[in-house]
Amino acid sequence: MPEISVKTENLVRNFGSFVAVNQVNIEVYQKEIFGFLGANGAGKTTMIRMLCGLLKPSSGKATVGGLDVYRQSEQIKRSIGYMSQKFSLYEDLTVEENINFYGGIYDLNQKRIQKKRDEIFFSLGMGDYARTLTYDLPLGFKQRLALGCALLHDPRILFLDEPTSGVDPKARRDFWEIIHQTVALGTTIFVTTHFMEEAEYCHRVFIMDAGKIIALDTPTKLKNRYKKKSMQEVFVTLVEKQQEKKTNPMPDSNDKMS
Amino acid sequence: MSLSKDRISAIARKEFFHIIYDFRTLFIIFLMPVVQLIIFGYALNLEIQRVDMAVVDLARSTQSRKLVGQFSGSKFFRPFFYQGRLDDLEDLFKSREAKVAMVIPFDFERKLQNETSVQVQFLVDASDANAAILIRNYCNQVIMDYNENRGVKLPLPFDLRSTILFNPELKSSHFFVPGVIAMILIMISALLTSITISREKETGTMEQILVSPVRPLEIISGKVIPYIVLAFLDAAVILLVGLVVFKVPFKGSLFLLTGLTVLYILTALSLGLLISTQARTQQVAMMMALLITLLPTVMLSGLVFPIASMPKLLQYLTYLIPARYFLLIVRGIMLKGSVFSQLLGPCFFLALLTLILLGVSVKRFNMNLER
Repeated sequence: MPEISVKTENLVRNFGSFVAVNQVNIEVYQKEIFGFLGANGAGKTTMIRMLCGLLKPSSGKATVGGLDVYRQSEQIKRSIGYMSQKFSLYEDLTVEENINFYGGIYDLNQKRIQKKRDEIFFSLGMGDYARTLTYDLPLGFKQRLALGCALLHDPRILFLDEPTSGVDPKARRDFWEIIHQTVALGTTIFVTTHFMEEAEYCHRVFIMDAGKIIALDTPTKLKNRYKKKSMQEVFVTLVEKQQEKKTNPMPDSNDKMS
Repeated sequence: MSLSKDRISAIARKEFFHIIYDFRTLFIIFLMPVVQLIIFGYALNLEIQRVDMAVVDLARSTQSRKLVGQFSGSKFFRPFFYQGRLDDLEDLFKSREAKVAMVIPFDFERKLQNETSVQVQFLVDASDANAAILIRNYCNQVIMDYNENRGVKLPLPFDLRSTILFNPELKSSHFFVPGVIAMILIMISALLTSITISREKETGTMEQILVSPVRPLEIISGKVIPYIVLAFLDAAVILLVGLVVFKVPFKGSLFLLTGLTVLYILTALSLGLLISTQARTQQVAMMMALLITLLPTVMLSGLVFPIASMPKLLQYLTYLIPARYFLLIVRGIMLKGSVFSQLLGPCFFLALLTLILLGVSVKRFNMNLER
């Protein structure tokens, strides 16, 4: 049995009377790419924010890297990386200054930052860009720089919240290549997406609707179970089934309501 | 639970880059106070000079000429003779040819010689009430001078002679330079801190910082330090312009003023922090900061209007305005040479206000993270 990286038991998060995450149980293993699918408002972002320590759960248990999210959020923060769809970079600063800053807030010393910086520039083939304003970078580069910054402190678990929104297919494929390399080095990847072809790259996927798990398995098994050729079709079938089950449709909610 | 110096300096360094890369904002920060000084120092001049005065001399006598001469001799008035009908005098005010009119009765000279008193009529345009009061006072002054010249000794029970201290020439600029320092500092500090924090919320970088081991207090300190330096430099520029261009005296200790200016900057930054915990976007933060700092500071701090002349309710409200205390401090030190022991009151209130604002905003900052 592989080591467990993230585990939740009956995890719940309410916003007022609205239940964003409803009794979720998952186990994510070390060195796994764990994909997290769902329509907007399904509770993906809420889930990630709870695991990263940005949001307190309403009830239930959750551990990240064996650490409790209620009591050990400080230690959790040291061992995780996070990258959101916004590519949280400072566009008015240079590439180098961004890297220095993110290295600085993780207490990395100058030597380590220097080394990491060279690694990022080398692996992204962007050596010439050190003194370029981040604003002037092509979107694909921004995305990879954001990823580089999230990996500066060698996190054991990396959370990616829709990391490929808005970039072109070529950049998206390059991005996934880096993800695979990162996993090979021992990092667990927890990724949300609504691109179904990306779901195929994941070891296991987890589909959520209205705060609840509706499927959790490997992409191959899911496709076989529902006799579909692609994850796209699996997803649509599952979500439609859910819609039929509902006697009272859920209110239209927004994923970013926190 | 100790704060990390390295993390604070990483944030402060980054914030410093934001500031120096933004030339336009930097330009405004240093130009705005100079422009404001010029506006307040020159344009908003509370002294009144060379007021147009229409003279209706019905007496046409030696004495009445002398009275008019007394007015032309003062630097406050520019008398001219009005030849039209007395009934049309009002038109002079309407067309702004005169702000005051003096009517000397035809029996002026006779009454002056034979009787104890004679009445001269003054009509003052009070559409600007403050100016009207000043003009009336100046008229009284000139009339007194006239009587004195004629050798009339009035049997007064006592004689009122006032000596004007600290600003003997009654120069408005001496009054406004400290005021502009107070206003600019609170505007810049509150505005810039609230914008810089709400910008990080807007772009999502705040979230990225919050998933790191950085503590909220480290974020706040790191972000605020560069702005303390910036606001301080700005204060120095205003002071320098005030001393060199407007020749405002500086009687007290520069060291004391420096220390208390830092205290005031801290108050303003805490206010900015509080605003940023409320505002989700830069736009909202900017509007709130301007609304909270600009108007109340100009109207209620004693910068332009004396607090003592406000209605009681507003007077109580002024206790909440940080600039009120800083104005007492900066005017005291610059114009009067006050020392620390004489400024304990305002210092205490300013420190108290800072602690409250800081406490509430740090608490709210933490709370916002947990939502």
